[in-house]
Amino acid sequence: MRNASRMRLCWPLVWVAAFIAMAAPALAVQPDEMLRDPRLEQRARAISQELRCMVCQNQSIDDSDAPLAKDLRLLVRERLKAGDSDPQIIDYMVARYGEFVLLKPRLSWQTVVLWLTPAIVLLAGGLGLLIVLRRRRALAATAAPPPLTPDEERKLAELAKAENP
Amino acid sequence: MIPELGHYALVLAFALALAQSSVPLIGVRNGDAALMDVARSAALAQFVCVAAAFAALTTSYVTSDFSVENVAENSHSAMPLIYKFTSVWGNHEGSMLLWVLILALFGALLALFGRNIPSTLRASVLAVQSWIATAFYLFILLTSNPFARLVRPPIEGRDLNPILQDLGLAIHPPLLYLGFVGFSMSFSFAVAALLIGRIDAAWARWVRPWTLAAWIFLTLGIAMGSYWAYYELGWGGWWFWDPVENASLMPWLAGTAFLHSALVMEKREALKVWTILLAILTFSLSLIGTFLVRSGVLTSVHAFATDPTRGVFILAILVLFIGGSLALFAWRAPMLKQGGLFAPISREGALVFNNLFLTTACATVFVGTLYPLALEALTGAKISVGAPFFNLTFWPLIVPVLLAVPFGPLLAWKRGDLVAAAQRLIGAAVLAVIAIIITFLMRGQPVLAPLGIGLAVFVIAGALTDIAERTGLFRTSPGNALRRAVGLPRSAWGAAFAHMGLGLMLIGVIGESQWNTERIVAMKVGDMLALGGYELSFDGAEQRDGPNYRELVTTFTVSRDGRVIGTMAPAKRTFAHREMSTTEAALKARGLSQIYLSLGDISADGSVAVRAYYKPLVLLIWFGALVMAMGGALSLSDRRLRIGAPRPARSKAKAALAPAE
Repeated sequence: MRNASRMRLCWPLVWVAAFIAMAAPALAVQPDEMLRDPRLEQRARAISQELRCMVCQNQSIDDSDAPLAKDLRLLVRERLKAGDSDPQIIDYMVARYGEFVLLKPRLSWQTVVLWLTPAIVLLAGGLGLLIVLRRRRALAATAAPPPLTPDEERKLAELAKAENP
Repeated sequence: MIPELGHYALVLAFALALAQSSVPLIGVRNGDAALMDVARSAALAQFVCVAAAFAALTTSYVTSDFSVENVAENSHSAMPLIYKFTSVWGNHEGSMLLWVLILALFGALLALFGRNIPSTLRASVLAVQSWIATAFYLFILLTSNPFARLVRPPIEGRDLNPILQDLGLAIHPPLLYLGFVGFSMSFSFAVAALLIGRIDAAWARWVRPWTLAAWIFLTLGIAMGSYWAYYELGWGGWWFWDPVENASLMPWLAGTAFLHSALVMEKREALKVWTILLAILTFSLSLIGTFLVRSGVLTSVHAFATDPTRGVFILAILVLFIGGSLALFAWRAPMLKQGGLFAPISREGALVFNNLFLTTACATVFVGTLYPLALEALTGAKISVGAPFFNLTFWPLIVPVLLAVPFGPLLAWKRGDLVAAAQRLIGAAVLAVIAIIITFLMRGQPVLAPLGIGLAVFVIAGALTDIAERTGLFRTSPGNALRRAVGLPRSAWGAAFAHMGLGLMLIGVIGESQWNTERIVAMKVGDMLALGGYELSFDGAEQRDGPNYRELVTTFTVSRDGRVIGTMAPAKRTFAHREMSTTEAALKARGLSQIYLSLGDISADGSVAVRAYYKPLVLLIWFGALVMAMGGALSLSDRRLRIGAPRPARSKAKAALAPAE
């Protein structure tokens, strides 16, 4: 029964735009899972936040209450105790569970569009803007009225003075 | 009987929407005022009908009529009355009914208060609004009827999802929908303007109050949802970059960009085409948000494919409205006459800068949210895009905007002087540097935190600088400055407050993310826990019965330096009807910071897993959002917006007197 309830919690309850519905309302990391060495434990937490709980919707194993997430958390800590470096652990997880396990996908031909989107949109937008502005100003310059004569400028300055004492 | 009446009222609303979609446009075409006026009466009647349908469903919930399938699925007779009301929209069918109710509400408001808008534009806007309504009525009636009856009604309902049994459900969805659906007004105004083929500064002024109202509600809705997630989910996070959250963030980003570009259009008649496009995009993103949440496509592409009726229907609505409006845009926009020119360094330039970065941020969130779906559909490869990706890409796009915020209001329209603006911001910059040094000395690591605090102080001080400059605070006598402050347009105050809110929120975000203290321990009664300078002692636990749940309530005494400052009572609830449990976190505010306690599993030896946080300045996240919304409300109360388009002679004299904005 416990298991069943967890599954139900974990599978998304498709609901209104309230983004609450899909999270498991309980503790994720349990006290008995934690490593003695605080430095190692800190690394474990940081790695856990990068890894996805594969049976949940958009939860890291650090946040999730699902049994699978717990298994993965223990696995990460086991590797840490065995002396693996952070990239080694990540590689190990990817080798076992595929790219799907990474919440921050690696740059590859499959994700190149994803990673380049911000830069492309920003550059294209900026460039487009520049072109439009240039063209409009060129257009305006050809149609612009002749500049004021010194006499007119003096008059304008006087008028401005009279308006704002 | 009552559900049938509700169903009937909904069908009636659909019929009215059909009339409202077509008749007024014929009137606009032929210049027939009587036909155009149909829009107003139809909009009002439509609202009455949807309200009746909504009231009927609410009645079924309140009286626990389990012969209605929707009620049986989502309610329980023992549930507290307030949740019987809120569970009306705590499910798919009911939430769609709320969606159309709010849509009809906006239509009715325009019919009632849109007197200053020319009748052709008003009739067209209401007609376009009704196209949307027609599509959604059809969606509800054909795929999601909330009034469907059960042949064999159960004795008891299946209860509402426990996570939703919270006051958050009472407030969050209505606010969010007021925001989402409110942007339909900007959309309808944009499409109507394209249909009529005329658009000018007055248009921007007419559409602004509606956009502002939608933006205020969306801001509040997102903030409220974030706070709800924060205290309900029990792990102290306030933003998860979940697709459903992103669905509400995207219209907010686009809507914020739209508000700013509409400003340029209102004042200088420039950026017309872009503003229209943003209006269309903002509502399109609201529709996409509805689609993402409603269709089940987020779970997986396959879940969508196995039960596609609803999903395909909403997808059709999406294609029709987004595709249709963009096609109309491509056809008509080139005919719009371009307005004023401006130099890159100018108020317009600053607002364009804001637009460029906000839309890029929006595009990033959009691609990040949909990329896994698209990739899986196209290649079958499964990847995840989560919080680490968004944090890495979103913030670099937002920081430049934050840096530019103080400059914008200080630059003149048309051609600004960046050096002069920078000189006026020296005070703000000095304050920011002082803030950086103080936070660095006090907190040290991580280095990013003091810099972020400095940026936030710069934004806040910059907003205050703008007000000080306009009132001549340091140049004239205080009395004179006060007089000018009172005379300052409310929209100027609104902008200053909204920008200050942004700065406050940033401080909260940095405090929560960088200086958060977390302790996860197994505790037995009598145990002590030290946390961020406070001591928590676990005093006891007891079982209690709630109306439709059992709960384990624990008590903790909080003290600081041996002095007791209060108790906290985190609990764990078990809902028998759904075999689910929720944690009820306990929160204790200390100034702007919070102590946060939540419970986990109970071990065989009687110890309870406790997750305890000390979250410095965390309340500023939501307080900042409130200040932003307040800024929006101030701007909304500006006289200029209330009276709409100025009558030429009188207000021109006024405009000359008012300080330049």
